[in-house]
Amino acid sequence: MGEAVLTRLDGPAPETAVARDMVKRAVLVAPVMIAVCGLIWGVGGALSTAYAIVLVLANFLLAAGLLAWTARISLGLMMGTALFGYLVRLGLIFLAVWLVKDTWWVTWVPLGLTIIVTHLGLLFWEMRYVSASLAFPGLKPAPVPPASAKES
Amino acid sequence: MSTLATVATFAQNTVELEAADFKNSQAATGAGLAYGLAAIGPGIGIGYLVGQSVQAMARQPEAAGMVRTTMFLGIAFTEALALIGFVVFILLKFA
Repeated sequence: MGEAVLTRLDGPAPETAVARDMVKRAVLVAPVMIAVCGLIWGVGGALSTAYAIVLVLANFLLAAGLLAWTARISLGLMMGTALFGYLVRLGLIFLAVWLVKDTWWVTWVPLGLTIIVTHLGLLFWEMRYVSASLAFPGLKPAPVPPASAKES
Repeated sequence: MSTLATVATFAQNTVELEAADFKNSQAATGAGLAYGLAAIGPGIGIGYLVGQSVQAMARQPEAAGMVRTTMFLGIAFTEALALIGFVVFILLKFA
């Protein structure tokens, strides 16, 4: 088991691909959410919503980047990073909210709502595609061969 | 007589201040408990999830891509619980 945990994983990192997909979808949806919250809560609501979306996306990207980076080193390190990364990211989110708590534009209700709705919404949206590709692996695009294989 | 009235006013103000302090401390304790307790469950969940995923990847390295994808989504879903606790915290503390 010790050797197995030290195994490293090579190849493209699926976490970063998933996180990148989520960011692309969030970029599509964000203007609508900002506009809706802006209509309800005013300029402060719109800015708070934008801030919450940025927080959620940064959280996804940081988690994916850390997992992808450590998976190339060893599975044991990836396991440790997943756990401690969770704590560190929670702390960073708290710090990010703490830093803006006294600014004029912070409106707590849209900020909190947007964090939950964006996080869960993007996950469910992504899950539809992931579950489809797991259920029908034949629909996946063929993996790109490495450059050396192309030349030979 | 006026000294007595001053003392009574001072005592009343002190009691009001203490009541306000007590209320604030209770709110802070509640908010802290909401955040702290909400983070425990996801912590256990993520530990279990990642442990099982690493075991699966060690047993079947050829399925590592699929396992990592589902693991990442699982981590994010589990983390949503902690985020809900965090939102409750900020609403209790700041709103």
